[in-house]
Order: sequence, then structure tokens, then C-alpha cells
Amino acid sequence: MAGCKSFFGYPITPQTEISAYMAKRMPKEGGVFLQAESEIAAVNMVLGAAAAGVRTMTSSSSPGISLKSEGISYIAGSDLPCVIINVQRGGPGLGGIQPSQADYWQATRALGHGDFHVLVYAPASVQEMVDLVIEAFDRADEYRMPAMLLADGMLGQMMEPVTFPEVKKNVPDKPWATNGHQGKRDHNVANSLFLSPGDLHSKVVRRFEKYKEIEQKLPKAETYKTEDADIIVTAYGAAARIARSAVNMARKEGIKAGLIRPVTLYPFPKEIIRKHTENAKEILCVEMSMGQMVEDVRLSVECKKPVRFYGKTGGLIPEPAEVFEQIKRIEKRIGGAY
Amino acid sequence: MQKKEKVLPHGGDAPYKKEILLAGFGGQGVLFAGKVLTYCGLLAGKEVSWLPSYGPEMRGGTANCSVCISDDPIGSPLVTKPDLFICMNGPSFDKFIDSVVPGGTVFIDETLVTQEVSRTDVTVYSIPAAALAAENNLSGMSNMILLGKFFKESAEETEMFSMETVKGALEKCVPSTKTHLIEVNIRAIELGRKK
Repeated sequence: MAGCKSFFGYPITPQTEISAYMAKRMPKEGGVFLQAESEIAAVNMVLGAAAAGVRTMTSSSSPGISLKSEGISYIAGSDLPCVIINVQRGGPGLGGIQPSQADYWQATRALGHGDFHVLVYAPASVQEMVDLVIEAFDRADEYRMPAMLLADGMLGQMMEPVTFPEVKKNVPDKPWATNGHQGKRDHNVANSLFLSPGDLHSKVVRRFEKYKEIEQKLPKAETYKTEDADIIVTAYGAAARIARSAVNMARKEGIKAGLIRPVTLYPFPKEIIRKHTENAKEILCVEMSMGQMVEDVRLSVECKKPVRFYGKTGGLIPEPAEVFEQIKRIEKRIGGAY
Repeated sequence: MQKKEKVLPHGGDAPYKKEILLAGFGGQGVLFAGKVLTYCGLLAGKEVSWLPSYGPEMRGGTANCSVCISDDPIGSPLVTKPDLFICMNGPSFDKFIDSVVPGGTVFIDETLVTQEVSRTDVTVYSIPAAALAAENNLSGMSNMILLGKFFKESAEETEMFSMETVKGALEKCVPSTKTHLIEVNIRAIELGRKK
């Protein structure tokens, strides 16, 4: 659909459904499916394919993403586009196999060593998994950088109706690709090694200028019933579905609650959050972790409003009723004060 | 908030919304049965979701799946307070029976669930699905027999679980290489519907 021509992966629960699908799909599209001998091999195959100018991707789940992090850093350091999917499970270590959102920090802060970002998209439905993969490939090519889809075990394994858009045939020209110069141009180099500190410095600085543009242009979030909301819940991915149910429960009882769901985690939709919480009294961040995105929410509102946190980790999924309980508690507290 | 109507009320002003939990051993076809229900909802033009939960084992572990069928977009796909509970083994009965909403409905394979239902605020339908499967040369089809009972008790209320929709759903769920199994599935469902 997105014009992806190669997939390199290694099985791990709860992500193997993607590999299984791609194993069937890639040969039909004239592409390559390869189950590598390890996650590390797979990500380096992605590096090679990306350098050759091919749309390429890999997918894994939390512990596997840690293994891929060296390769991801090399890909970012070589300014190469690719898509990486993380279907998060509980951690740290081997953790568990149930859904989790504990890799937010890893995805947005430290997906490998060095000064760099990757684009991070957070789908909240199966439909969005499809749409955002296409978006991720397009933006990765546009900005020549890796893009990640940060999903979780719940989204990875659930089924719901989905509409596939038309197959895309037009992948942009990549004059930088190392696909053979045939004597017609100078040879291209894909490389992340720069031994002269000055060269490396200017290379990284240039990359950060690109990030500045990205932070202006790409932040995306969905807002739901925020216009008159006293209490705004922030949540991404599967947690946002739970939060949405809780917001609906609150509205039924006359509590003015709303939801902001970041769709891009890098760039984080700071401005959207700041704007839509201007009239809110308190913010509640809900995650399937011990609280990671909550820090970005606090930064977005410059700590001017109280930002509370509610979450469960290790594979446990908060119930809408629990989140609703938290909203009620906040309502009780702010009710008297205003 | 609680609706008092019988199984699967449909019509009236309230939008349709049902949360269904299916639970049993891995290998009993719990996830497949859930898939059939999900497709019934899809074919009836509803919003649907299907979410499995199982351990790392291929067979023998516990497996359950959450199915939501609704007129409105589905928030959390995880069913923690089912309106309908389809129970295929003892451990799942113990684990989930208290989570069924008051006024909810429970379908039990009494061959494998020997516990008595002490709750009086739920409607219970018990049939010996596994025994029926063994007697009728339908081995491995106890899931469909129990589903047949579910369809019977629900069909009066909605077209969603009519045999026609169910057949359409089965055609979607059974892989194209195994279409010969559709007939056996239908036979099992018909058997359950007679009970």
C-alpha cells in the first residue's frame, strides 16, 4: 500500500502478526520478505535496503527494539529513511507479552546513541495503523530519516474493520541512493562515520535544523470535546481509546471532560496541547506505563497547570471505569475551588 | 445505566451496544468463535472489535477473547464487564462469572463446567456442548455448538445472528483452503440451535 518493497524481521510476541502478513504480501508485490537470523541482522538489512533507495521496514516488540537500537542510530546517522514498528509489550528485560506503553521514553528520547530524533507515530486503531504507515513512509522519505510506529500489544492483536487505500506507485526520486552510478554521476556514499569533530558537528547541526522544521510542520493530535472542558485527559494509542470511553462516561454525568490524543509523539504536539488546555483547570495523563509522556505534557503547559497521572504497567490495561474514577476525583477537588 | 432487557435487545431508542466475553482452553476455538460473532456484527453494519488474550502456549493454556458490537465507535476493546459471557471451561467460569453485568446472559458448556451458578441476576443457558460434539461426530466443534445455542437465544431479537448472517460470517472466517469445513461448522451450529 505504501510502496514498501522489503521487510526484514525476526519473530517476537505480540508483533509476529506483521511478519506473517508481510511474508504473504511482499512476494505478491514483487518485494522481499526475509526472516533474518536476529533483530540486529534485520535492522542492518534495513540499513542496506534504505541506502539503496528502496522503501523498507522492520518490526519488533520492546526487547527486540532494544536490540535494533544500534542499527537505528546508524540509519539516522546516515540520513536514511525507513519505517520501524514497535508493538510494545511489558518491560524492562524480557518483561511480559501483554500490551504496554513503557517504551515512550525509548522511542522519543533514546532510540539509539547519539544526537538524533526519529519521527514517532502513535496509532490508536487498526485503521490508523494502515494510514500512519503510509504517512510514516512518506515523511521518512521527505526528511530522510527513520520513522517509528509506536503501537502496543492490544492494537497489534486486535481486529476491527479497516479500509485499505489505493496502492501507491509513486515513490519519490532518491538521487542520493547508492544504487549504482553506471558512470553517469559521482558515486553516492551512505555513511555515519565522521572522524573529524568539525565535520560531525556540522552534520548534526544541519540535521537539527531539519528537526526544527519538523517540529513546526508535523505535530499532530486529535482533540475530543475539549472546547468547554475543565478536565482534559491526555493519552495516546490504546490508552486513548480507554480514556475516550472514560470521557464519555464523565460527560454523561455532567462532568466537563475532554481528550487530547497525540498522534505524533515526536514531534510532540506541544502547541496543540497548550492551546486546547488554556481554559482547562486540570490535566490527567493516562498511560500504560509508570508515567512517561506525562513529562512532555507538563513541558507543553510549562507546568502552569496541574498535570496528574494515572497508569498501569507490566501488561495490565486500565479500565475506563478506573480512569472515570480519577476524573471524578479531580472534579470533586476543583469543584469547590472554582 | 444497566439495561434490563433480555438477551441482545435491539430496537428502541438506545443505540445497540454489547460486550461479549468468550473464554476457555486454547485449542477449543474460543478465538475463532469470537471471530464469527465479530463478522456477524460487521455484516450487520455495526462497529466491531475483536481482541484476543492468550498465553504463549499453542494449546492447553487459557484463552479468551473480547468482542464488542456497537452502533457507536468502540472505545476500549477490552471487555471487563461482559453483557454476554460464553464459557467453555471451569477455570474461566471461576475467573469471569462475577464480572458479568447484572441482567447479563451466560452460555455454558456443562460438559466441562461442573460448577453451579449461584448468581440469580443473570440468565443462564447450559448445554453439554463437548458431549454433543463427541456423540455427533463433530469433534472440536463444541465452540460452534455453544455458539448455535447463543444464536438461537439471540435470533428472535436481531437479524444480526440469523442463520443467513452467520453463514456469511463463516465464509469470511474460514480460510479459502478449508472451505469444506464451513458445512461442518454449520451442522454444529444447527445442532446447538436445537438445544
